[in-house]
Amino acid sequence: MFPFNFEWVWDIAHVIFFGALWYSLAILGAGMAFVIVKSAMDTMNDSGEPHH
Amino acid sequence: MDSALIPEGADRCSFPKFAIGICIVGAVALWGVYAMFLCWFKGLNQTNMNDYYGFALWIWADLAVIAVGGGAFFTGLLKYIFNVDELKNIINFAVIIGFICYSSALLILAIDIGQPLRGWFIFWHANVHSMLTEVAFCLSCYFAVLTIEFIPNLLENRQANKVPFFRHLAHNMHGVMAIFAATGAFLSFFHQGSLGGVAGVMYGRPFAVREGLLIWPWTFFLFTWSAAAFGPCFTLLVTWITEVVTGKKLVKDNVVHLLAKISGWMITTYIIAKIIDTIYWAYVTAPSLGFKMSHFYTNNSFYGYWILITEIVVCGVIPGILLLNKSTRENSTTRWIAIVLGVIGVCLNRWVMVLQIMAVPVMSFDTWALYVPSWQEVATTVLPVAYGIIFIAITYRYLPVFPQERELNHTKLEQ
Repeated sequence: MFPFNFEWVWDIAHVIFFGALWYSLAILGAGMAFVIVKSAMDTMNDSGEPHH
Repeated sequence: MDSALIPEGADRCSFPKFAIGICIVGAVALWGVYAMFLCWFKGLNQTNMNDYYGFALWIWADLAVIAVGGGAFFTGLLKYIFNVDELKNIINFAVIIGFICYSSALLILAIDIGQPLRGWFIFWHANVHSMLTEVAFCLSCYFAVLTIEFIPNLLENRQANKVPFFRHLAHNMHGVMAIFAATGAFLSFFHQGSLGGVAGVMYGRPFAVREGLLIWPWTFFLFTWSAAAFGPCFTLLVTWITEVVTGKKLVKDNVVHLLAKISGWMITTYIIAKIIDTIYWAYVTAPSLGFKMSHFYTNNSFYGYWILITEIVVCGVIPGILLLNKSTRENSTTRWIAIVLGVIGVCLNRWVMVLQIMAVPVMSFDTWALYVPSWQEVATTVLPVAYGIIFIAITYRYLPVFPQERELNHTKLEQ
């Protein structure tokens, strides 16, 4: 799962499989981190009632 | 009793009536949970799996719920990426259905691996040459996407929405939902496809094996396509069932007609591709491996040509035509016939691709092996259905799932 695991091999299969996995997880993580931080800032600034 | 949690202006049944309903369905769910624990504590000898049937009934259920749950990714793709704005009125429910389907799929896999405590091995000690590893990665990540897509709806609960942080969080999540929807579509494309790909690369099973493009057999593309085609049918079917049970109109006709029309086009194009694939397999692939088509549909008491005709013509061509044609699409009876046939069709396709391929004799000394699931398999397959009913009942009661509900039932509420 990680390059420091004993079974890790730097081949194309590992790079594609785990590259796609970590890329997807990074997008989800970054997206959630962004909205959580922004919501915390909005709450502190109390920018009024959001509408959607 | 729980009126403070019910969405403002929404009419719901009394709490005792709701609780009785949950208890009845909960009893069925408990039966499934009991069977699940039997499989975990006593092992997979509780099933009727054997050397012929490495895939049990619940693997069919797994593939079927993933296929019908495809409505979530496809509706999300249309709403957030292609900006089909009308679908905002059904997207919450599509996400809830997807959430139920994918959590069920993961639960089924947790039962199927026999030792759920070792479930993390698939990530930690991944076999990067297996399509099923890709399926496990994409399923888990896509379930995370569905959870993220469901959170704003959860935070819009009447009481949760009073908390300023939750209110801002729901608002901000809506703002970046396109990124999550795009990630979900990417993940869905690959796991739906790889589930089909698993069948297509079974070189020892002439009933399943297919040619393809690069490393992907045609079944890879057919599975993704069919999930996008029939998934919206399931969303519409569950919406209709919810409307019947609640006795309310929850989504406007123009939204239903639009989703049915999109589904109709997808079904028609899919079924054309499926027919071409079947003809090529019957006349080129199977003969090249030494088999006639009749070998796969005769000399047994269950799998006849009827299953092929039912899947492709009755549950594929007919729903496609009914949903493409404006008059039959807008007629509620013919539309519901098409939707029900479509959902049956995709489930039948997964049955054929999971169980029939295991039944067909491969060696000259083999015979057909017809499979009867054990009660534990049936109970664990019914479990996701009971769980889904309970989940929908709770979310419908406490969350503003249908934005048009209030408007559509305004007169009724005033009386």
